[in-house]
Amino acid sequence: MRWLAAAALAILLVLPAVLDSYAVTVFIFIFFYAFLGQAWNIVGGYAGQLSAGHAAFVGIGAYTSAVLSVQAGLTPWVGMFVGGVLSAALGTVVGYLGFRFGLRGFYFVLLTVAFAEVCRIVTLNTDAVGGALGYYITFTGNPRQFQFQDNRAYYYIALALMLAATGIVAGIERRRFGAYLIAIREDEGACEALGVNTFLYKMLAMVVSSFLTGVGGTFYAFYLFSLQPNAVFGIPLSVEIVIRPIVGGAGTVLGPILGSFILSPLAELSRIYFGQGGWSGAHLIAYGLLLIAVVLFLPQGAYPALRRLWGRMPAR
Amino acid sequence: MSACPGRLLEVSGISKRFGGVQAVRDLSFDMGRGEVLGLIGPNGAGKTTAFNLLSGFLIPDAGEIHFDGRPIVGVKPHAICRFGLARTFQIVRPFPHLSVLENVRIGALARHPRMADARGKARAVIDQVGLGPRADHAAAGLTLAERKRLELARALATEPTLLLLDEVMAGLNPTEIEVLVVLIRGLNAAGVSILLIEHNMRAVMTLSHRIVVLNFGEKIVEGEPAAVANHPRVVEAYLGEEYVHAPAP
Amino acid sequence: MAVGLTLIFGVMRVVNFAHGDMMVWGMYLAWMLATRAGVDPYVGFIACAAALFALGWVVQRLLVDRIVDAPHEMQILLMLGVALVLENGALVVFGPDPQRVRSPLRAATIWFGPVFVDVARLVTFALAMALTLALYLFLTRTDLGRTMRAAADNAYGALVIGTDVRRVYAVAFGIGAACVGAAGALVSPILPFQPAGGLSLSVASFNIVIIGGMGSLPGAFLGGLLVSVAESMGAVFLSPSMKELVSFSLLIVILLFRPAGLFGRTTT
Repeated sequence: MRWLAAAALAILLVLPAVLDSYAVTVFIFIFFYAFLGQAWNIVGGYAGQLSAGHAAFVGIGAYTSAVLSVQAGLTPWVGMFVGGVLSAALGTVVGYLGFRFGLRGFYFVLLTVAFAEVCRIVTLNTDAVGGALGYYITFTGNPRQFQFQDNRAYYYIALALMLAATGIVAGIERRRFGAYLIAIREDEGACEALGVNTFLYKMLAMVVSSFLTGVGGTFYAFYLFSLQPNAVFGIPLSVEIVIRPIVGGAGTVLGPILGSFILSPLAELSRIYFGQGGWSGAHLIAYGLLLIAVVLFLPQGAYPALRRLWGRMPAR
Repeated sequence: MSACPGRLLEVSGISKRFGGVQAVRDLSFDMGRGEVLGLIGPNGAGKTTAFNLLSGFLIPDAGEIHFDGRPIVGVKPHAICRFGLARTFQIVRPFPHLSVLENVRIGALARHPRMADARGKARAVIDQVGLGPRADHAAAGLTLAERKRLELARALATEPTLLLLDEVMAGLNPTEIEVLVVLIRGLNAAGVSILLIEHNMRAVMTLSHRIVVLNFGEKIVEGEPAAVANHPRVVEAYLGEEYVHAPAP
Repeated sequence: MAVGLTLIFGVMRVVNFAHGDMMVWGMYLAWMLATRAGVDPYVGFIACAAALFALGWVVQRLLVDRIVDAPHEMQILLMLGVALVLENGALVVFGPDPQRVRSPLRAATIWFGPVFVDVARLVTFALAMALTLALYLFLTRTDLGRTMRAAADNAYGALVIGTDVRRVYAVAFGIGAACVGAAGALVSPILPFQPAGGLSLSVASFNIVIIGGMGSLPGAFLGGLLVSVAESMGAVFLSPSMKELVSFSLLIVILLFRPAGLFGRTTT
């Protein structure tokens, strides 16, 4: 298994040399959404707290580093951490309110959605950051400002982000933090009786998750160069974030990556197939059907199912 | 009311009401170190509520609880566990998707933050309760008797000074019960104090140093097993008034 | 529309994320009826309700039934999947542009003292009230209605006394969907609609139902009134685009302090 991963990594590293720009772009999105999905995985997959509002963290991270770069000339390499911290601050608030007031399941989902929507509406109405027209970054191609001429630079950054997030999740899973999160997902009350401070650990998961997602926001901003509140805070983005770990395997290290490799190509293919009318929504039908299929037949996601096929018990 | 030094657990006048029901009324008792205290009473007498109050899952409307000299009313369950008071649940709550070993390891992590150490401790506890062969089985696939032992093992892994066992023998056949009785006696001999809710009278009588009897949320009798067993108020509580004066069979 | 959602939740404890998107289909059906068959939506809403009842029934039997006992997260994800399919199905079939239905009542207005009132809105309001009342009567007076309420209270108990619980669930879901279909049709002359609107309608429905109380019919009704009034006031005092902010803030407050809503019962 180890050398399979190493081989895959080696392939991914040399791939840009042989791919055309379009294919490179596809991979960038695969890596980027895998990164976001992995960040979500910490609180949604491992701790089992379904958040449908993670787009809020992307948005805050994106707008923060964008505004700091354009208005204050702060390099996004630093701005991404500021964005991450601000996202983590919101994550702390949402987590605190949700967990302190004991919101579970559906109610917690609704809380996260409510906060994301509030962010979206507020940003839409704040002309200082462009309001409904959006916020734009002029392209300079200057690496100091996190901008690159070559698509391939973004490829490697996205890959690095994905690997970093995966490394963090793997590290968490190996430690007590991860074991506690998994147990919290199974049965919170039983955890409390065993000395686990469930509130603290859920908060930690939320903070780490929202911080990483916020950092991802910077990548989003400086790859797309335009920020639209409806796109960057909207529920469709939250869906994109959530669906990859769910389909690939929530609460597993490789789940979000597998999910992204399944879903991004699927999205591209349906975009091509149905792309005539000009609407890019058709791929979401496939998402919907896939989601239904996963819930009904593979509730733990694709990765655990694959592992069962190979006849091995998860080694924890 | 100040805490008496040396008493492991002191419960003073705790009460709990749910809507129209007074589940526990002005309950007071205490336990010494190394004791096994049996808590019995008919269904609905307030025993599990008392456990919930002691372990921090419920907060009493009135009264005090001192564990090992420190007041614990209002303290969160996980903190109470860390102080050394562990509990099991009447309806067992294993982590269904985790293996037996992983289940117990969660308990062990409370005292051994490093995963490797916790694993070792978990193994030891699993062997102690006799679940060794099933260590890598998913908890969901265990028999009831095994799940009861898992519940016990998990709580044990937190290295408690006082262990609250809630009907840990319910639903088991006589052989399984006997195994648990021996196990519990062994635990007590090793220094763990035990507060036991149980309906199985024989087990309670053999294990307990003292017994507290509850009915309708109140303590009605307290004393040594032999004295309690034939106490008229206990008979009345379980069987009804007519049996109090019935001739012995 | 909120009434339908609360019914589904109250009976089956399943949260229907696809609610808003079902409503959008209701709207489109009404539109089709109006443009192809010349049927006025104020009459045609019955057909829309029937069609959506069928859809709801099918969805419930095929999909929801299987996961009634599954953890909440799975139910949410399932309905999210259905929502995605419905929303983008509408996109494929009808295109992304907003539509509106022409109704002869649209243009008429009447005076209510100092205020001009749109006849169309008045009729919509009246019909919605009538439907809600009808539903209330159904639940309290008819056998099937009482069976549904029994199943909601205690599914196991209902099973024991011989109720075909699965059928009850399917009917409940169907009625919930029918409500929304009717709602869609009734609203189609008033509001422009497009496939992308499904999600905000879902969220609005949830807002109302949570505030009014999950599982409570009067709660849904009053919740609807409350939210509409609050939003309208928000539009007046803050700014039109911020009115959603009011309902979301209200939602957050209610979630934190009284998740059972104003009239709801807590879930077990």
